[in-house]
Amino acid sequence: MTSTAGYNFAYLDENTKRMIRRALLKAVAIPGHQVPFGSREMPLPYGWGTGGIQVTASIIGPNDTLKVIDQGADDTTNAVSIRRFFARVAGVATTERTREASIIQTRHRIPETPLREGQILVYQVPMPEPLFRLEPRVTETKRMHALADYGLMHVKLYEDIARHGHIAISYNYPVMVNGRYLMAPSPIPAFDNPKMDRMPALQLFGAGREKRIYAVPPYTPVRSLDFEDHPFVPIRADAACALCGSRESYLDEVVTDDRGGRIFVCSDTDYCRERQAARRRDAAE
Amino acid sequence: MTEAPLLEASGLSLRFGAVPALDDVSLAIWPGEVVAIVGESGSGKTTLLRVLSGLLRPDAGQVTYRDPEGAALPVHDMGEAALRRLMRTDWGFVHQNPRDGLRMGVSAGGNVGERLMAVGARHYGSIRAEALAWLERVEIDPARIDDLPRTFSGGMQQRLQIARTLVTRPRLVFMDEPTGGLDVSVQARLLDLIRALVADLGLAVLLVTHDIAAARLLAHRLLVMRHGQVVEQGLTDRVLDDPQHEYTQLLVASVLAA
Amino acid sequence: MAYVAVKGGEQAIENAHAWLAEVRRGDPAVPELSLAQIEQQMSLAVDRVMAEGSCYDRGLAALAVKQARGDLIEAAFLLRAYRTTLPRFGASLPVDTGAMRVRRRISATYKDLPGGQVLGPTFDYTHRLLDFALAAEGEPPPPAPEAPAEETAMPRVTGILAQEGLMAPEAQSDAEPGDLTRQPLAFPADRSLRLQALARGDEGFLLALGYSTQRGYGNAHPFVGEIRMGEVSVELVPPELGFPIEIGEITVTECQMVNQFAGSKTEPPQFTRGYGLVFGQGERKAMAMALVDRSLRSAELGEEATAPAQQQEFVLYHCDNVEATGFVEHLKLPHYVDFQSELEKVRQMRATAMREAAE
Repeated sequence: MTSTAGYNFAYLDENTKRMIRRALLKAVAIPGHQVPFGSREMPLPYGWGTGGIQVTASIIGPNDTLKVIDQGADDTTNAVSIRRFFARVAGVATTERTREASIIQTRHRIPETPLREGQILVYQVPMPEPLFRLEPRVTETKRMHALADYGLMHVKLYEDIARHGHIAISYNYPVMVNGRYLMAPSPIPAFDNPKMDRMPALQLFGAGREKRIYAVPPYTPVRSLDFEDHPFVPIRADAACALCGSRESYLDEVVTDDRGGRIFVCSDTDYCRERQAARRRDAAE
Repeated sequence: MTEAPLLEASGLSLRFGAVPALDDVSLAIWPGEVVAIVGESGSGKTTLLRVLSGLLRPDAGQVTYRDPEGAALPVHDMGEAALRRLMRTDWGFVHQNPRDGLRMGVSAGGNVGERLMAVGARHYGSIRAEALAWLERVEIDPARIDDLPRTFSGGMQQRLQIARTLVTRPRLVFMDEPTGGLDVSVQARLLDLIRALVADLGLAVLLVTHDIAAARLLAHRLLVMRHGQVVEQGLTDRVLDDPQHEYTQLLVASVLAA
Repeated sequence: MAYVAVKGGEQAIENAHAWLAEVRRGDPAVPELSLAQIEQQMSLAVDRVMAEGSCYDRGLAALAVKQARGDLIEAAFLLRAYRTTLPRFGASLPVDTGAMRVRRRISATYKDLPGGQVLGPTFDYTHRLLDFALAAEGEPPPPAPEAPAEETAMPRVTGILAQEGLMAPEAQSDAEPGDLTRQPLAFPADRSLRLQALARGDEGFLLALGYSTQRGYGNAHPFVGEIRMGEVSVELVPPELGFPIEIGEITVTECQMVNQFAGSKTEPPQFTRGYGLVFGQGERKAMAMALVDRSLRSAELGEEATAPAQQQEFVLYHCDNVEATGFVEHLKLPHYVDFQSELEKVRQMRATAMREAAE
């Protein structure tokens, strides 16, 4: 691989990091509000996590321990690529264990293991605007957020129920943060939304291509939008993990043959590994 | 009338370049009354409606609205957030073209329910029940609650717009040529509906129209506009039966001739 | 001095061509590019030219790239012009991408599936750091690790979904597909014509349109069901023989996008397909094509067509870059006769306006 001599710690120069940290502070001060920032071109393409990488690069220090997951797994190509990137340009310790990480950068999942105070979860965000499918013009959505005018979203949820009998959003399910801002949680499955509510860890969101940063400080109320008589219900496959037996975690479907055979396994590989180890210990006793 | 007026405007002036669209216009409207602003096109009546509802800022003069608590609010200085809130709750605006006042890609039920949800309604069943009740009230078949407005006739779209506007029981409704663009029989039905709703709900309505007959049917008071000025005003029957200003006389005469 | 009419247009053009030839060759001290070098080491440029030139021939495409000095739209134009001269002696059977000799096959909708995730030679996971080692000519890289190819079946992801009834079936038809290189496009254009137009359409334009559908202009929820790249055989049934014979092999990239369909009062919700197929290893193009294909199906799926990517005429009229560059660049041709009329008109209108202002 190419030599990384001549790059600053964590790739970005200090002024860029300072600019991003200022945006992060503003974001933390206004939970759920999207803060524009001067996103830089990174060595990974837009869509591959440049926003998350810039946030991580701005907050990481030599004493941090970094975990990177994609779809809940540490060994997916994208997670491997990003973890290697930081190992090279920051020389930080990396881990696959949720409990041992101080910073966790994630694409599309929240770890099953509950996070603690002092940990930071950095989300990779493709589309930061929760209303974008209903109103693609950013000039308009900016005004809607400023005036807390979210009628468009409520109408969409009403229409879903009128048409399908239930709200038809399964991932990137819109949430109300601190009772004020409508926020896109990133394309995590709706199943993960409840974990965001009053999470003890700091949650930071980076959208590189769209050039926005937002945040949910620890212990902030986060509510998935719903109706009183159609309450939000997290969905997962009605099965147990074929490897660890969990009936609580979010499962991936794996097709095993071309005749319709399939099994389900935990999407969160660290959580699954821990449960399997615990089962073996119990069996041994 | 010893009550304070709901909306009061004084000294409104506005020029578009060299053209005086409004020239020192003043008026007041009390709760529960219907005031019609009539005149031919170019008279300034639509401009007046837009200034009164806060959509357009005048060069001079002020507009004051009294909220349910009795506080006097300056319409052009209350801030966009407050004005938007007012438009969603206490006020309504019925556009001449229903497409301007409806979400065409949203079902009839969604259109009616939106304002309820905007003010915090969170029970789907109740929202839907209220939407059904309103559709019946404006004589739209409730079975069409899930249909899109683009499948409705022009008259139905206009009635849907009215339902959407009235669902939060506003105290003041601005109407801009509500029967414009509809054919004559449909117009008559719509006017009857508006008259019944106004009576039932005790609405105050500021109605802009070039249709003298509609004004006579609906309005308690009439303002006649010409070249941005109010040339005559008063009780509807008095103005129409005994017009004082020569322009008003012309207007009334042309209706009789037609 | 009196004006003398300019002559010598032909000589000027000859001189321009001579200069062009010199500039195309560049510094004679620098070794000349061989077609083999272009075909081998700029293979993605060659692939793009074949796709937009609408003609599968690596050698010809490489020549076009060389002749066009690396301008790929100019090269596609050269290939298209050549294509016009080729006699057509038959039509092949539809290519069977299910029987592809797969070099790359990935799915974003399943973590794992029969046949596995085969990454192939892709830029996807590289870090975009300029590699200065490539500036010097060095030894060839060590050979990539090899393993014997597994004989496991590679069923299509869309097939897996279809088994559960989740994938809306495509209309089956044995009708002869239209050919817009023979007949002008008429609207509404059916799907086979739309796909043909997209397959030879400009990659940049389709990329932008596809991107717009992801950002809310047109309501797609696309997932990459499957991308596969590799070799497929081209078969023809000669009338004298009455049975198919293989006349060669081509490399294609196929993308199947899976999109959510809301369903209607009569249809339960299902996934719908966006399809992309392109010559060579043209993944970006195949994906963009699949996004735009799905977007153009909005009318037949009962969706409101509000966005540019959903407008048939807008997309199909403007996606051909040879047509586009022709018309845009034709503005360079002399237009001074028309312009003279404009000059006279503007002068007249200004004179009138100034006269009226003075009054």
